[in-house]
Amino acid sequence: MKVNKTGYLIKEGCKSIFTHGFMSFASVTIIIACLVIMGSFALLSVNIDEMIVRLEEENDIVCFVNEDLSLEDAQAIQPILETIDNVNGVTFVDRDTAFEDFIADYDPGVFEDMDSSVLRHRYIVSLNDITLMAQTEATLRSVDGIDDVRAHIDVANAFISVRNVVSVVSLIIVAILAVVSIFIMANTIKLASFGRREEIAIMKMVGATNSFIRLPFIIEGLILGLLGAIVAFFIEWGVYVLVNREVTGGIVGGLVEMIPFTELMYPVLGVFLGVGVVVGAFGSTIAIRNYLKV
Amino acid sequence: MIEMKRVSMVYQSGGTKAIDDISLTIHDGEFVFLVGPSGSGKTTIIKMLTGEIVPVEGSIEINGFELTKMKRRSLPKLRRTLGVIFQDFRLIEDKTVYENVAFAMHVVGASKKEIDKRVPYVLELVGLTGREKRLPREISGGEQQRVAIARALVNNPLTIIADEPTGNLDPAKSLELMLLLEKINELGTTVLIVTHEKELVNSFSKRVVALNAGHIISDGMDGYYSYEG
Repeated sequence: MKVNKTGYLIKEGCKSIFTHGFMSFASVTIIIACLVIMGSFALLSVNIDEMIVRLEEENDIVCFVNEDLSLEDAQAIQPILETIDNVNGVTFVDRDTAFEDFIADYDPGVFEDMDSSVLRHRYIVSLNDITLMAQTEATLRSVDGIDDVRAHIDVANAFISVRNVVSVVSLIIVAILAVVSIFIMANTIKLASFGRREEIAIMKMVGATNSFIRLPFIIEGLILGLLGAIVAFFIEWGVYVLVNREVTGGIVGGLVEMIPFTELMYPVLGVFLGVGVVVGAFGSTIAIRNYLKV
Repeated sequence: MIEMKRVSMVYQSGGTKAIDDISLTIHDGEFVFLVGPSGSGKTTIIKMLTGEIVPVEGSIEINGFELTKMKRRSLPKLRRTLGVIFQDFRLIEDKTVYENVAFAMHVVGASKKEIDKRVPYVLELVGLTGREKRLPREISGGEQQRVAIARALVNNPLTIIADEPTGNLDPAKSLELMLLLEKINELGTTVLIVTHEKELVNSFSKRVVALNAGHIISDGMDGYYSYEG
């Protein structure tokens, strides 16, 4: 295609956004609405997933050291524990510290006749992968000097189930929303191009090739898609910050912590721009396809 | 040149032959009226000549393109050798008079310089100087049809095909338009006009091909439209 022809077509595509102002506005609005709805749900799902991961991380294993071992011998086990697969971190807690932590939760008078000898030295072990808790627990049990291991495998399995359900459900809902959004957007673009079928027929009659007709529509769709994506991104940002403020400042503030938007902004912007470009450019191409068969 | 040999056309929906075994030759530089009542097959012939539909039988050659054998992607090249004028003008509503005409030149990849030179010349030829910046809705029906003619002419087509070009015009404007097309024909362009306006046809001494029920019933040089529909 000649340069002057391409320049003309790009200009035509841009001009067309303004000459068909109402339909351009409708297309952008639909793209914004669909992206914000889809994006909000995806972000909600990401946050739920993150919360579950955080709760999982708090589900540590406690390894009790044989009470006959001296403090030095008990501390000597640490390097062995650290080399075990799936172990993320090991913290040694001697019996005195454990006792202090224990009585701190109660009235000081209750345990005044007791001393720390009633407790054992222990290790707090955090894991890399909670789904392997049962195997890791067995390995920890087999370490010399470890008398007993306390692991909440049932709780871990419950977290895993919840996470799996949340992942599947959010995937299904986002997929349904994506299909519905694409359907709505395609129909809006189709409606926008329906009004221009006569124009396309005229173009064909004077000898325009399909690519000559298509390019301004693609340019127009691309610009509208990108514009919709950028506006949707800022709306999403605003909504997220607002919700975050409400959540952290509300009654569940201490329990629920949302991921800061700044950590999510690049993936969100990338996905929005990608969807905007695909829907805008391909949507226009598909929408005018039928009118090109003249 | 237009050469139709034993052409038949059947629309799938109906099953009856819209065109039945027609042969017709129109030489370069001729001025021909294609006449006949509604349903006689005039529009079917136009659609075949512009490549919108393909005949079920026979062959059509127009301006060196063998329509029945060519691939669809070659259709734009054929259409660039034609200037087509319609009864309803078919102008792009949001483009000015100038842009509607210039647009046909953009399609063929003409430079801005060529467009700036050619469009004013053609607009002057059809009597639209001074109307360049108007939108189609801001000018009269006769003027809109002249814009359509200017658009058809701007790429120097070998053949002009006009489908009921006077259908939306009053008698005075119709005659004016026919005289314009005659003038264009005198410059060497082949002109094929489809119409059913008997009086208008009979006021010109041109070749008249009459159709009825998909058949050619007369083809005379006497310029007389005799069919009584």
